[in-house]
Amino acid sequence: MTTPTGYRRRDRDAYPPYDHPPYGSTQLRAPSEAPLQLEHTLSEITGPGPALSEIAEEDADLTRNAGTGGEALGERIIVTGQVLDEYGTPQPKTLVEVWQCNAAGRYIHAKDQHPAPLDPNFIGAGRCVTDESGTYRFLTIKPGAYPWKNHPNAWRPAHIHFSLFGPSQATRLITQMYFPGDPLHELDPIMGSIPQEHWPRMIATYDHDITQEEWALGYRWDIVLRGPEATPFEAGGAGALA
Amino acid sequence: MSGRPQTPSQTIGPFFHDALMRYGVDQIDPDAEAGAPIVVVGSVLDGAGDIVSDAMVEVWQADGSGRYRHPADGRVGDVPSSFIGFGRVASTDEGTFRVSTAMPGTVPGPNGSIQAPHLSLQIFARGLLDRLCTRIYFPDLAENAADPVLGQVPEERRDTLIARPEGQEDGASIYRFDVVLQGEGETVFFDV
Ligand SMILES: [Fe+2]
Repeated sequence: MTTPTGYRRRDRDAYPPYDHPPYGSTQLRAPSEAPLQLEHTLSEITGPGPALSEIAEEDADLTRNAGTGGEALGERIIVTGQVLDEYGTPQPKTLVEVWQCNAAGRYIHAKDQHPAPLDPNFIGAGRCVTDESGTYRFLTIKPGAYPWKNHPNAWRPAHIHFSLFGPSQATRLITQMYFPGDPLHELDPIMGSIPQEHWPRMIATYDHDITQEEWALGYRWDIVLRGPEATPFEAGGAGALA
Repeated sequence: MSGRPQTPSQTIGPFFHDALMRYGVDQIDPDAEAGAPIVVVGSVLDGAGDIVSDAMVEVWQADGSGRYRHPADGRVGDVPSSFIGFGRVASTDEGTFRVSTAMPGTVPGPNGSIQAPHLSLQIFARGLLDRLCTRIYFPDLAENAADPVLGQVPEERRDTLIARPEGQEDGASIYRFDVVLQGEGETVFFDV
Protein backbone atom coordinates (compact mmCIF):
# COMPACT_ATOMS: atom_id res chain seq x y z
CA MET A 1 0.00 0.00 0.00
CA THR A 2 1.23 3.47 -0.84
CA THR A 3 1.50 5.97 1.93
CA PRO A 4 0.70 9.54 0.99
CA THR A 5 2.41 12.21 3.06
CA GLY A 6 -0.69 14.38 3.03
CA TYR A 7 -4.12 14.86 1.51
CA ARG A 8 -5.50 17.54 -0.75
CA ARG A 9 -7.36 20.35 0.98
CA ARG A 10 -11.12 20.79 1.04
CA ASP A 11 -12.51 22.25 -2.16
CA ARG A 12 -13.28 25.70 -0.81
CA ASP A 13 -15.63 26.57 -3.66
CA ALA A 14 -17.89 23.63 -2.98
CA TYR A 15 -17.60 23.13 0.78
CA PRO A 16 -20.11 24.98 2.96
CA PRO A 17 -18.97 27.81 5.22
CA TYR A 18 -19.48 27.31 8.96
CA ASP A 19 -21.39 30.57 9.20
CA HIS A 20 -24.46 30.45 6.97
CA PRO A 21 -27.20 32.72 8.37
CA PRO A 22 -30.14 31.18 6.45
CA TYR A 23 -29.48 28.00 8.47
CA GLY A 24 -30.34 29.34 11.91
CA SER A 25 -28.48 26.72 13.96
CA THR A 26 -25.15 27.95 12.58
CA GLN A 27 -25.63 31.26 14.37
CA LEU A 28 -24.29 30.19 17.77
CA ARG A 29 -22.28 27.19 16.63
CA ALA A 30 -20.07 28.50 13.84
CA PRO A 31 -16.60 29.36 15.18
CA SER A 32 -15.67 33.04 14.91
CA GLU A 33 -12.04 32.26 14.08
CA ALA A 34 -10.98 30.58 10.87
CA PRO A 35 -9.52 27.11 11.46
CA LEU A 36 -5.72 26.97 11.53
CA GLN A 37 -4.21 25.13 8.60
CA LEU A 38 -2.56 21.98 9.92
CA GLU A 39 0.28 20.39 8.02
CA HIS A 40 -0.66 16.74 7.79
CA THR A 41 1.34 14.52 10.13
CA LEU A 42 1.14 10.83 10.94
CA SER A 43 -1.88 11.72 13.11
CA GLU A 44 -3.83 13.04 10.08
CA ILE A 45 -2.77 10.58 7.37
CA THR A 46 -3.87 7.76 9.62
CA GLY A 47 -7.43 7.24 10.82
CA PRO A 48 -9.81 4.54 12.02
CA GLY A 49 -11.27 3.72 8.59
CA PRO A 50 -9.14 0.71 7.66
CA ALA A 51 -9.43 -0.96 11.07
CA LEU A 52 -13.19 -0.29 11.39
CA SER A 53 -13.89 -1.55 7.88
CA GLU A 54 -12.24 -4.85 8.77
CA ILE A 55 -14.62 -5.56 11.63
CA ALA A 56 -17.84 -3.98 10.30
CA GLU A 57 -20.71 -6.31 9.57
CA GLU A 58 -22.92 -5.78 6.56
CA ASP A 59 -26.37 -4.36 7.39
CA ALA A 60 -27.39 -2.94 4.04
CA ASP A 61 -31.07 -3.90 3.71
CA LEU A 62 -32.98 -1.15 5.48
CA THR A 63 -36.30 -2.59 4.33
CA ARG A 64 -35.88 -5.62 6.61
CA ASN A 65 -33.32 -4.81 9.30
CA ALA A 66 -35.75 -3.71 12.02
CA GLY A 67 -35.75 -7.24 13.41
CA THR A 68 -39.55 -7.55 13.29
CA GLY A 69 -39.71 -9.97 10.37
CA GLY A 70 -41.80 -7.37 8.55
CA GLU A 71 -40.94 -5.12 5.63
CA ALA A 72 -40.80 -1.33 5.68
CA LEU A 73 -43.56 0.59 3.91
CA GLY A 74 -42.71 2.88 1.04
CA GLU A 75 -41.28 3.03 -2.42
CA ARG A 76 -38.51 0.41 -2.49
CA ILE A 77 -35.24 1.80 -3.88
CA ILE A 78 -31.68 0.67 -4.50
CA VAL A 79 -29.01 3.28 -3.77
CA THR A 80 -25.59 2.38 -5.08
CA GLY A 81 -22.43 4.01 -6.35
CA GLN A 82 -18.68 4.06 -6.18
CA VAL A 83 -16.54 5.63 -3.50
CA LEU A 84 -13.59 7.24 -5.31
CA ASP A 85 -10.89 9.74 -4.63
CA GLU A 86 -10.31 12.85 -6.70
CA TYR A 87 -8.08 10.95 -9.13
CA GLY A 88 -10.88 8.47 -9.81
CA THR A 89 -9.16 5.78 -7.78
CA PRO A 90 -11.77 3.44 -6.28
CA GLN A 91 -11.78 3.19 -2.50
CA PRO A 92 -12.34 -0.46 -1.60
CA LYS A 93 -13.03 -1.68 1.94
CA THR A 94 -14.43 1.64 3.11
CA LEU A 95 -17.14 1.75 5.73
CA VAL A 96 -20.30 3.59 4.62
CA GLU A 97 -22.96 4.36 7.25
CA VAL A 98 -26.40 5.78 6.40
CA TRP A 99 -29.51 7.01 8.17
CA GLN A 100 -32.81 8.43 6.99
CA CYS A 101 -36.45 9.07 7.89
CA ASN A 102 -39.26 6.76 6.82
CA ALA A 103 -41.54 7.13 3.81
CA ALA A 104 -43.78 9.48 5.79
CA GLY A 105 -40.90 11.79 6.69
CA ARG A 106 -40.52 10.67 10.31
CA TYR A 107 -37.31 9.57 12.04
CA ILE A 108 -37.45 6.86 14.70
CA HIS A 109 -35.47 9.35 16.85
CA ALA A 110 -37.15 10.36 20.13
CA LYS A 111 -36.59 14.04 19.36
CA ASP A 112 -38.48 13.87 16.07
CA GLN A 113 -42.02 14.69 17.14
CA HIS A 114 -43.55 15.75 13.84
CA PRO A 115 -47.02 14.24 13.52
CA ALA A 116 -46.33 11.67 10.82
CA PRO A 117 -46.66 7.94 11.44
CA LEU A 118 -43.78 5.78 12.59
CA ASP A 119 -43.22 2.53 10.73
CA PRO A 120 -42.58 -0.35 13.16
CA ASN A 121 -40.66 -2.18 10.46
CA PHE A 122 -38.23 0.65 9.73
CA ILE A 123 -35.27 1.87 11.76
CA GLY A 124 -33.71 3.93 9.00
CA ALA A 125 -30.10 2.93 9.73
CA GLY A 126 -27.65 0.78 7.80
CA ARG A 127 -24.01 0.23 6.97
CA CYS A 128 -21.88 -1.57 4.44
CA VAL A 129 -18.27 -1.82 3.35
CA THR A 130 -17.31 -1.05 -0.26
CA ASP A 131 -16.21 -3.98 -2.40
CA GLU A 132 -13.04 -4.28 -4.49
CA SER A 133 -14.37 -1.79 -7.05
CA GLY A 134 -15.22 0.72 -4.32
CA THR A 135 -18.94 0.05 -4.75
CA TYR A 136 -21.50 0.32 -1.96
CA ARG A 137 -25.15 -0.73 -2.24
CA PHE A 138 -28.18 -0.26 -0.03
CA LEU A 139 -31.74 -1.49 -0.38
CA THR A 140 -34.11 0.92 1.36
CA ILE A 141 -37.31 2.92 0.89
CA LYS A 142 -37.48 6.42 -0.45
CA PRO A 143 -37.45 8.85 2.48
CA GLY A 144 -40.16 11.49 2.71
CA ALA A 145 -39.70 15.23 3.02
CA TYR A 146 -40.06 16.51 6.57
CA PRO A 147 -40.82 19.84 8.22
CA TRP A 148 -38.38 21.62 10.52
CA LYS A 149 -38.48 24.84 12.46
CA ASN A 150 -35.71 26.80 10.75
CA HIS A 151 -38.16 29.31 9.22
CA PRO A 152 -41.93 29.41 8.55
CA ASN A 153 -43.16 26.44 6.53
CA ALA A 154 -39.66 24.99 6.24
CA TRP A 155 -39.29 21.50 4.71
CA ARG A 156 -36.16 19.45 4.15
CA PRO A 157 -35.98 17.87 0.69
CA ALA A 158 -35.86 14.07 0.77
CA HIS A 159 -32.34 12.97 1.67
CA ILE A 160 -30.22 10.16 3.06
CA HIS A 161 -27.41 10.96 5.51
CA PHE A 162 -24.04 9.36 4.68
CA SER A 163 -20.94 8.92 6.86
CA LEU A 164 -17.58 7.70 5.50
CA PHE A 165 -14.09 7.43 6.91
CA GLY A 166 -11.90 6.71 3.91
CA PRO A 167 -8.22 5.95 4.54
CA SER A 168 -7.35 8.83 6.89
CA GLN A 169 -8.60 11.47 9.29
CA ALA A 170 -8.31 13.93 6.44
CA THR A 171 -10.81 12.00 4.32
CA ARG A 172 -13.55 11.72 6.96
CA LEU A 173 -16.85 12.91 5.48
CA ILE A 174 -20.41 13.26 6.71
CA THR A 175 -22.86 14.50 4.09
CA GLN A 176 -26.32 14.07 2.61
CA MET A 177 -27.55 12.59 -0.65
CA TYR A 178 -30.52 14.20 -2.35
CA PHE A 179 -32.96 12.93 -4.99
CA PRO A 180 -33.26 14.38 -8.49
CA GLY A 181 -36.10 16.70 -9.47
CA ASP A 182 -37.16 17.73 -5.98
CA PRO A 183 -38.78 21.21 -5.91
CA LEU A 184 -37.65 21.63 -2.29
CA HIS A 185 -33.98 21.87 -3.26
CA GLU A 186 -34.13 25.56 -4.02
CA LEU A 187 -35.92 26.30 -0.75
CA ASP A 188 -33.49 24.42 1.49
CA PRO A 189 -30.93 26.50 3.41
CA ILE A 190 -28.74 23.45 4.06
CA MET A 191 -28.31 22.66 0.38
CA GLY A 192 -28.14 26.42 -0.09
CA SER A 193 -24.93 26.49 1.95
CA ILE A 194 -23.28 25.23 -1.24
CA PRO A 195 -23.35 27.14 -4.55
CA GLN A 196 -26.05 25.71 -6.79
CA GLU A 197 -23.54 24.89 -9.54
CA HIS A 198 -22.06 22.25 -7.22
CA TRP A 199 -25.36 20.64 -6.21
CA PRO A 200 -24.96 17.83 -8.78
CA ARG A 201 -22.25 16.45 -6.49
CA MET A 202 -24.91 15.82 -3.84
CA ILE A 203 -27.84 14.70 -6.03
CA ALA A 204 -28.26 11.07 -7.05
CA THR A 205 -29.13 10.13 -10.62
CA TYR A 206 -32.08 7.92 -11.49
CA ASP A 207 -30.55 4.91 -13.28
CA HIS A 208 -32.87 2.54 -15.10
CA ASP A 209 -30.05 -0.02 -15.38
CA ILE A 210 -30.03 -0.29 -11.61
CA THR A 211 -33.82 -0.48 -11.39
CA GLN A 212 -34.98 -4.06 -10.94
CA GLU A 213 -38.11 -5.19 -12.72
CA GLU A 214 -41.11 -5.73 -10.44
CA TRP A 215 -38.94 -4.88 -7.45
CA ALA A 216 -37.18 -1.53 -6.87
CA LEU A 217 -36.17 1.77 -8.49
CA GLY A 218 -32.45 2.41 -8.87
CA TYR A 219 -30.42 5.48 -7.97
CA ARG A 220 -26.71 6.01 -8.52
CA TRP A 221 -24.59 8.31 -6.41
CA ASP A 222 -20.80 8.32 -6.49
CA ILE A 223 -18.97 9.76 -3.49
CA VAL A 224 -15.63 11.47 -4.03
CA LEU A 225 -13.24 11.68 -1.09
CA ARG A 226 -10.20 13.92 -0.94
CA GLY A 227 -7.19 12.44 -2.71
CA PRO A 228 -3.52 12.21 -1.76
CA GLU A 229 -1.62 15.46 -2.08
CA ALA A 230 1.08 14.05 -4.31
CA THR A 231 0.41 11.27 -6.78
CA PRO A 232 1.56 8.05 -5.11
CA PHE A 233 4.06 6.02 -7.15
CA GLU A 234 1.90 2.95 -7.46
CA ALA A 235 -1.46 4.53 -8.26
CA GLY A 236 -2.10 3.24 -11.77
CA GLY A 237 -3.67 5.74 -14.13
CA ALA A 238 -3.59 8.59 -11.67
CA GLY A 239 -2.59 11.87 -13.19
CA ALA A 240 -2.35 15.49 -12.29
CA LEU A 241 -5.64 17.13 -11.56
CA ALA A 242 -6.64 19.60 -14.23
CA MET B 1 -6.97 14.26 -17.14
CA SER B 2 -9.56 16.09 -15.12
CA GLY B 3 -10.25 15.11 -11.55
CA ARG B 4 -13.45 14.04 -9.92
CA PRO B 5 -14.91 16.88 -7.84
CA GLN B 6 -14.98 16.36 -4.08
CA THR B 7 -18.31 15.54 -2.49
CA PRO B 8 -18.93 18.41 -0.07
CA SER B 9 -19.88 18.09 3.59
CA GLN B 10 -23.40 18.58 4.96
CA THR B 11 -24.47 18.74 8.59
CA ILE B 12 -24.90 15.55 10.62
CA GLY B 13 -28.25 16.98 11.81
CA PRO B 14 -29.94 16.04 15.08
CA PHE B 15 -31.07 12.51 14.20
CA PHE B 16 -27.85 10.48 13.84
CA HIS B 17 -28.03 8.54 17.12
CA ASP B 18 -30.00 5.48 16.01
CA ALA B 19 -27.47 4.85 13.26
CA LEU B 20 -24.09 6.10 14.43
CA MET B 21 -24.33 5.67 18.20
CA ARG B 22 -25.38 2.07 17.79
CA TYR B 23 -21.68 1.74 17.02
CA GLY B 24 -20.55 4.13 19.71
CA VAL B 25 -17.22 3.44 21.45
CA ASP B 26 -16.66 4.95 24.90
CA GLN B 27 -13.96 2.46 25.98
CA ILE B 28 -11.09 2.96 23.58
CA ASP B 29 -8.74 0.59 25.42
CA PRO B 30 -11.20 -2.08 26.58
CA ASP B 31 -8.61 -4.56 27.82
CA ALA B 32 -6.33 -1.92 29.38
CA GLU B 33 -3.42 -3.06 27.22
CA ALA B 34 -2.43 0.12 25.43
CA GLY B 35 -1.20 2.43 28.15
CA ALA B 36 -1.93 4.26 31.39
CA PRO B 37 -5.70 4.56 31.88
CA ILE B 38 -7.25 8.00 31.48
CA VAL B 39 -10.77 9.38 31.24
CA VAL B 40 -11.66 12.47 29.25
CA VAL B 41 -14.86 14.31 30.16
CA GLY B 42 -16.05 17.52 28.64
CA SER B 43 -18.88 19.74 27.56
CA VAL B 44 -19.64 21.16 24.17
CA LEU B 45 -20.71 24.80 24.49
CA ASP B 46 -22.13 27.23 21.96
CA GLY B 47 -21.53 30.94 21.51
CA ALA B 48 -24.06 31.83 24.22
CA GLY B 49 -22.34 29.48 26.69
CA ASP B 50 -25.24 27.03 26.47
CA ILE B 51 -24.65 23.31 26.28
CA VAL B 52 -24.85 21.49 22.97
CA SER B 53 -26.71 18.26 23.65
CA ASP B 54 -26.72 16.86 20.13
CA ALA B 55 -23.04 16.69 19.19
CA MET B 56 -21.03 13.64 18.19
CA VAL B 57 -17.37 13.56 19.18
CA GLU B 58 -14.95 11.12 17.54
CA VAL B 59 -11.50 10.40 18.92
CA TRP B 60 -8.46 9.06 17.05
CA GLN B 61 -5.22 8.35 18.86
CA ALA B 62 -2.00 6.40 19.08
CA ASP B 63 -1.33 3.78 21.74
CA GLY B 64 0.86 4.37 24.78
CA SER B 65 3.96 3.85 22.63
CA GLY B 66 2.82 6.37 20.03
CA ARG B 67 1.81 3.81 17.39
CA TYR B 68 -1.30 4.06 15.23
CA ARG B 69 -3.49 1.14 14.22
CA HIS B 70 -3.12 2.03 10.56
CA PRO B 71 -1.07 0.73 7.63
CA ALA B 72 0.70 4.12 7.24
CA ASP B 73 2.40 3.53 10.60
CA GLY B 74 5.29 1.12 10.13
CA ARG B 75 4.91 -0.04 13.73
CA VAL B 76 1.27 -1.05 13.29
CA GLY B 77 2.06 -4.72 13.97
CA ASP B 78 3.04 -3.92 17.54
CA VAL B 79 -0.23 -2.20 18.50
CA PRO B 80 -2.15 -4.34 21.02
CA SER B 81 -4.84 -6.25 19.14
CA SER B 82 -7.61 -5.01 21.43
CA PHE B 83 -6.78 -1.38 20.64
CA ILE B 84 -8.03 0.46 17.56
CA GLY B 85 -7.60 3.94 18.96
CA PHE B 86 -11.06 5.06 17.87
CA GLY B 87 -13.76 6.50 20.10
CA ARG B 88 -17.24 7.75 19.23
CA VAL B 89 -19.40 9.38 21.87
CA ALA B 90 -22.42 11.69 21.81
CA SER B 91 -23.00 14.59 24.14
CA THR B 92 -25.79 13.87 26.58
CA ASP B 93 -28.88 15.94 27.37
CA GLU B 94 -26.66 17.60 29.99
CA GLY B 95 -24.22 18.48 27.21
CA THR B 96 -21.34 16.32 28.41
CA PHE B 97 -19.32 13.58 26.75
CA ARG B 98 -17.05 11.01 28.39
CA VAL B 99 -14.58 8.52 27.01
CA SER B 100 -12.08 6.27 28.75
CA THR B 101 -8.86 5.31 27.05
CA ALA B 102 -5.09 5.00 27.39
CA MET B 103 -2.65 7.91 27.56
CA PRO B 104 -1.10 8.11 24.07
CA GLY B 105 2.65 8.22 23.54
CA THR B 106 4.66 10.71 21.51
CA VAL B 107 4.20 10.50 17.75
CA PRO B 108 6.69 11.33 14.98
CA GLY B 109 6.16 14.79 13.49
CA PRO B 110 7.35 16.55 10.33
CA ASN B 111 11.08 17.06 9.72
CA GLY B 112 12.23 14.84 12.54
CA SER B 113 10.18 16.65 15.16
CA ILE B 114 8.32 14.85 17.92
CA GLN B 115 4.64 15.46 18.62
CA ALA B 116 3.58 15.54 22.24
CA PRO B 117 0.95 13.03 23.36
CA HIS B 118 -2.41 14.09 21.94
CA LEU B 119 -5.86 12.90 21.00
CA SER B 120 -7.37 14.03 17.69
CA LEU B 121 -11.00 15.11 17.97
CA GLN B 122 -13.64 15.56 15.31
CA ILE B 123 -16.87 17.26 16.31
CA PHE B 124 -20.13 17.00 14.40
CA ALA B 125 -23.45 18.62 15.29
CA ARG B 126 -26.62 20.16 14.00
CA GLY B 127 -25.63 23.66 12.92
CA LEU B 128 -22.15 22.54 11.89
CA LEU B 129 -22.22 22.30 8.11
CA ASP B 130 -18.75 20.74 8.25
CA ARG B 131 -16.90 18.88 10.99
CA LEU B 132 -14.62 20.69 13.41
CA CYS B 133 -11.19 19.21 14.13
CA THR B 134 -9.11 19.86 17.21
CA ARG B 135 -6.53 18.15 19.42
CA ILE B 136 -6.40 17.43 23.14
CA TYR B 137 -2.98 17.84 24.75
CA PHE B 138 -2.11 17.09 28.37
CA PRO B 139 -0.83 19.51 31.00
CA ASP B 140 2.70 19.70 32.34
CA LEU B 141 4.34 17.47 29.75
CA ALA B 142 7.84 18.54 28.73
CA GLU B 143 7.11 17.40 25.15
CA ASN B 144 4.46 20.11 24.74
CA ALA B 145 7.15 22.77 24.43
CA ALA B 146 8.58 21.25 21.24
CA ASP B 147 5.30 20.12 19.69
CA PRO B 148 5.17 21.45 16.11
CA VAL B 149 1.39 21.90 16.11
CA LEU B 150 1.09 23.64 19.47
CA GLY B 151 3.96 25.82 18.31
CA GLN B 152 1.83 27.15 15.43
CA VAL B 153 -1.02 28.15 17.72
CA PRO B 154 -0.94 31.75 18.99
CA GLU B 155 0.25 31.57 22.56
CA GLU B 156 -2.83 33.22 24.02
CA ARG B 157 -5.06 30.52 22.55
CA ARG B 158 -2.84 27.50 23.27
CA ASP B 159 -4.54 26.77 26.59
CA THR B 160 -7.76 25.87 24.80
CA LEU B 161 -6.01 22.71 23.57
CA ILE B 162 -4.78 21.53 26.97
CA ALA B 163 -6.94 19.31 29.15
CA ARG B 164 -7.32 20.13 32.83
CA PRO B 165 -6.54 17.42 35.43
CA GLU B 166 -9.46 16.55 37.68
CA GLY B 167 -7.96 13.90 39.95
CA GLN B 168 -8.20 10.13 39.87
CA GLU B 169 -11.03 7.65 39.64
CA ASP B 170 -10.58 3.88 39.88
CA GLY B 171 -6.91 4.14 39.00
CA ALA B 172 -7.51 6.38 35.97
CA SER B 173 -6.47 10.01 35.65
CA ILE B 174 -9.43 12.22 34.86
CA TYR B 175 -9.05 15.11 32.43
CA ARG B 176 -11.58 17.76 31.47
CA PHE B 177 -11.67 19.17 27.96
CA ASP B 178 -14.47 21.55 27.04
CA VAL B 179 -15.14 22.34 23.41
CA VAL B 180 -16.19 25.98 23.00
CA LEU B 181 -17.60 26.35 19.52
CA GLN B 182 -17.72 30.13 19.40
CA GLY B 183 -16.78 33.33 21.20
CA GLU B 184 -14.83 33.86 24.40
CA GLY B 185 -12.43 31.00 25.05
CA GLU B 186 -13.21 29.54 21.63
CA THR B 187 -11.35 26.27 21.12
CA VAL B 188 -8.67 26.31 18.43
CA PHE B 189 -9.89 24.29 15.45
CA PHE B 190 -7.71 22.99 12.65
CA ASP B 191 -8.23 22.74 8.93
CA VAL B 192 -7.26 19.09 8.57
FE1 LIG C 1 -32.23 14.43 7.94
